Amino acid sequence: MASSIFLIAIVVVPFIASLVAALLPQTARNAEAWLSAAVAIFGLAVTIWLYPQVTDGGVLRQEISWIPELGLNLIFRIDGFAWLFCLLITGVGLLVVLYARYYMSPKDPVPRFFAFFLAFMGSMLGVVLSGNLVQLVVFWELTSITSFLLIGYWFHLVQARDGARMALTVTGLGGLGLLLGMLIIGHIVGSYDLDIVLASGDLIKSHPLYVPALLLVLLGALTKSAQFPFQFWLPHAMAAPTPVSAYLHSATMVKAGVFLLVRFWPVMASTDAWFWIVTFAGLTTLVLGAYIAIFQTDLKGLLAYSTISHLGLITTLLGMSSPLAAVAAIFHIANHATFKASLFMAAGIIDHETGTRDIRKLSGLFRFMPFTATLAMVASAAMAGVPLLNGFLSKEMFFTETALRDANPFVNLALPVGATVAGMFSVVYSLRFVHGVFFGPAPAGLDRVPHEPPALMRRPIEILVLLCLLVGIIPGITIGPFLAAAVVSVVGPDTPYYSLSVWHGFNIPLAMSAIALAGGVLLYLALHKYLARGIEGAPLIGNLKGQRIFERVLVTISWKWAKALEKFLGTRRLQPQLALLVTLAIIAAAIPLVAGVGPLALPPTPFDPAFALVWGVGIVCAIAATYQAKFHRLVALVLLGGAGLVTCVTFVWFSAPDLAVTQLLVEIVTTVLILLGLRWLPKRVEFDSDDTLSRKARVRRIRDLGLAIIAGCGMALMSYAIMTRPAGQGIGDFFLENSYKLGGGTNVVNVMLVDFRGFDTFGEITVLGIVALTVFALLRRFRPASDSIEKPEQQRIQNAFDDQRPDRNSGDTINEYLMIPAVIMAWLFPVIIVLALYIFMRGHDQPGGGFAAGIVMSIGFILQYMAGGTRWVEERLRILPVRWIGMGLLVALATGMGSWLFGYPFMTTAFQYAEIPFIGRVPMASALIFDLGVFTLVVGATVLILIALAHQSVRAPRASRRPAIVREDASPKPEEAR
Amino acid sequence: MELILAIAVGVLTTCGVWLLLRPRTFQVIVGLSLISYAVNLFIFSMGRLRIDAAPVIEGGVIDPANYTDPVPQALVLTAIVISFAMTALFLVVLLAARGFTGTDHVDGRER
Repeated sequence: MASSIFLIAIVVVPFIASLVAALLPQTARNAEAWLSAAVAIFGLAVTIWLYPQVTDGGVLRQEISWIPELGLNLIFRIDGFAWLFCLLITGVGLLVVLYARYYMSPKDPVPRFFAFFLAFMGSMLGVVLSGNLVQLVVFWELTSITSFLLIGYWFHLVQARDGARMALTVTGLGGLGLLLGMLIIGHIVGSYDLDIVLASGDLIKSHPLYVPALLLVLLGALTKSAQFPFQFWLPHAMAAPTPVSAYLHSATMVKAGVFLLVRFWPVMASTDAWFWIVTFAGLTTLVLGAYIAIFQTDLKGLLAYSTISHLGLITTLLGMSSPLAAVAAIFHIANHATFKASLFMAAGIIDHETGTRDIRKLSGLFRFMPFTATLAMVASAAMAGVPLLNGFLSKEMFFTETALRDANPFVNLALPVGATVAGMFSVVYSLRFVHGVFFGPAPAGLDRVPHEPPALMRRPIEILVLLCLLVGIIPGITIGPFLAAAVVSVVGPDTPYYSLSVWHGFNIPLAMSAIALAGGVLLYLALHKYLARGIEGAPLIGNLKGQRIFERVLVTISWKWAKALEKFLGTRRLQPQLALLVTLAIIAAAIPLVAGVGPLALPPTPFDPAFALVWGVGIVCAIAATYQAKFHRLVALVLLGGAGLVTCVTFVWFSAPDLAVTQLLVEIVTTVLILLGLRWLPKRVEFDSDDTLSRKARVRRIRDLGLAIIAGCGMALMSYAIMTRPAGQGIGDFFLENSYKLGGGTNVVNVMLVDFRGFDTFGEITVLGIVALTVFALLRRFRPASDSIEKPEQQRIQNAFDDQRPDRNSGDTINEYLMIPAVIMAWLFPVIIVLALYIFMRGHDQPGGGFAAGIVMSIGFILQYMAGGTRWVEERLRILPVRWIGMGLLVALATGMGSWLFGYPFMTTAFQYAEIPFIGRVPMASALIFDLGVFTLVVGATVLILIALAHQSVRAPRASRRPAIVREDASPKPEEAR
Repeated sequence: MELILAIAVGVLTTCGVWLLLRPRTFQVIVGLSLISYAVNLFIFSMGRLRIDAAPVIEGGVIDPANYTDPVPQALVLTAIVISFAMTALFLVVLLAARGFTGTDHVDGRER
């Protein structure tokens, strides 16, 4: 299955090349072009090579299993129709690359252009080669995004930004509709596999969900192909560089919409709903687009509306649902791509060589660039449907289909008349393009003399125009077999006969063609004077600006309604949000309790008055801390510590020594932390508040108290109910039984943390590290409030005392503070280190472990800071907490990855007994090294947080002398520079 | 004993929630600490109360009935660490907000 591998490569290679292109230097214009051309040639070569496998309805598939349970597999498939599209995408892509090489200015950032271009090519190939509906939508959205990036390539231009945004909004919205539509189809069929879906046409059409699915799929297709009423985005996308327009708006992006219509034509067409919606949208677009195109003054604008019109033609054909109409549609897709790409390129050359695209300023260019002019004239003739060119053939088929339609009188009249009128208009705008630009007097007011472009820049147009001619003169040989392969894959094996020859004899379609051509020429002559005045916009409907309507809708939805909704539903105040959160939590917890909780079953553990007494103290501490938290923060903090200690005692009491150790240590560190922070909070003096309390505040307090009591009672009830009922069969027994056998440790909780659930612990220490770094980063820019900058009151009193005494210097009292404890604290440092080691080493078998040891170690450091002051410690000890954090994470990670070396999954632990002199047989588990990582990280994180806070006292007075807002680039004023 | 612990959890929760809904940042941080005690005890109580049954095994053949459930303990251990990290972060955010806005109101401005 070598060829199916290439099927994947053809989609993947452009994306890889896109990454490479993005990384090349800014000036590598030639390298970028060569790379992109190589990718396009590769795609083209593979496409051509695969041709024998897709003839006669052949399908080549490559499936990669992804989530088979959900029907989500990566499937790439190619049939005759997808093949034709691949040919267009890679072939026109190659020509556009060559063109872009000369079009893009050396000043433009080319890596970005070619990177986006290649990504777009890959997405487009992904769309046409997807064999799974969801996958198709993913690539579909990728084309929306990459085309957004390409249209907005010159993002310094406001039109480019607006055009790109509008294209993305419209096509992105359509993409969402398409996703829903695909999900519905997948639901109807029971599979997302395109081949299965294509075989289930009757099932889809008879399903009650057919109409919603149809509407959603059409939303996607019509937005993408810029069909009425979504046509307005395409002209604004002309702000893109011309190579982008030539590629996206001739052969690829806008063709994705009609590609989708053709793809789902076999399973969704030939219902009334399909006929009316698709034909109406197509015919309206066809006539309207052609009409507006006549009155455009911008060359690319004219081509854009002409593109809209031609896509309308294809859509109309598909709406008619007859097999021959589908043949014509597919044929016209290919024809339109060739002549429109060449016309866009010609417009680009004109713009490039004259500096303007305005038809009013251009004229008589034939004498300056005869080659380009001739090429553009042939391509325009193809666009107008002149015989012996490819545009004529498909247009003739279109006329045939409209004329032969036999539905009802209205349709019988509207279709041929609409088609002929649109044909007439297309002759008019083609004439305007050719006559207005290339004939007449020499242009005046150009800032340069126009001349022919480099030969290689013209080469792509030459090739495309040659194709127009070849297909137009000898269609049966040039495109016949390829068209047949595409048609069979869409219409099926019993495709009716169709003739590709140029001459079909005198018949109605020929008459329609003649009327269109002659009428077009007459109309152009009649309109010539009006057009020469160069009035912007089409008469009658010129004021109806799609863009303005779009902007208004966008502003209403995304700004006015959003604001109103936010005002109605949202609040920026924290308290109501938290109250809502608590209320919801209470409701969520109450719902399961409605069913009842079952009878009491467990005998209560024997009552111990000591425990009751302990919690008596704990409860008083908690309530008092609550009461004092507003005006007496230090008191509240001490009382909070009391409640914490009682919690710790509870853990000891009920067989949880590890928790008790950790809780105690964390309690100490938290208290020190908050103590360090207290200094920066505002002073608050207690006042007799109850009298001045407003009614509103009183109501709020009662509500909060109610919420708090309900929450508390709920928690109490729940925990009581659970504690008095037997536990279900948990996973605890497994850990108890295997902790020693598999983990080599007797302290089950520690073995769980560093072994069984090591990955959780790894995540946890990562969080701790992130928090420490965040704290550090936040405090680097810390600026205290103005009323906290002065020295604290206590220090001022002490200094004043020193100043009064002749035998003392200012600051002595502060330095003498806690002199003896300070000495003891300094001496304790080695003891604490030993204690930390002890707790660390015993952790695997006895209560302790890396986390507790780490906290102990950091307490050792903090004691030094408390004893000697920040400067004293840092003159003697070099602590680099950030490195500790990094080392800890690395050690833990490396231990986890070490198990890969032995062929085990991540974080598998090994253990062994080792004889250590004087200590004896000790189990040595690799988990111990992991625990070492935990230890190191915890030391680093805790010390970093505490030091960062402690440093503020040293930094703050300095920081406060700077101006309130310091810009990075502002140089300090002389008196502030040190 | 179960009753005492349940009442303790209830009181801690009540105090915590009340403080959580107060306007001053320091009240909120104390409230969060009280709530985390309550929640830790609550999770811990899911393993039911056992005295003298610490999950530190002897080696050899093990009868799980002799030991308390280690799973809630491991969970609470993690919870203690995370609530420490949360308290630290919140404290620093509180200080930064106070320095930045000049007030210690939770909304960054006095009402």
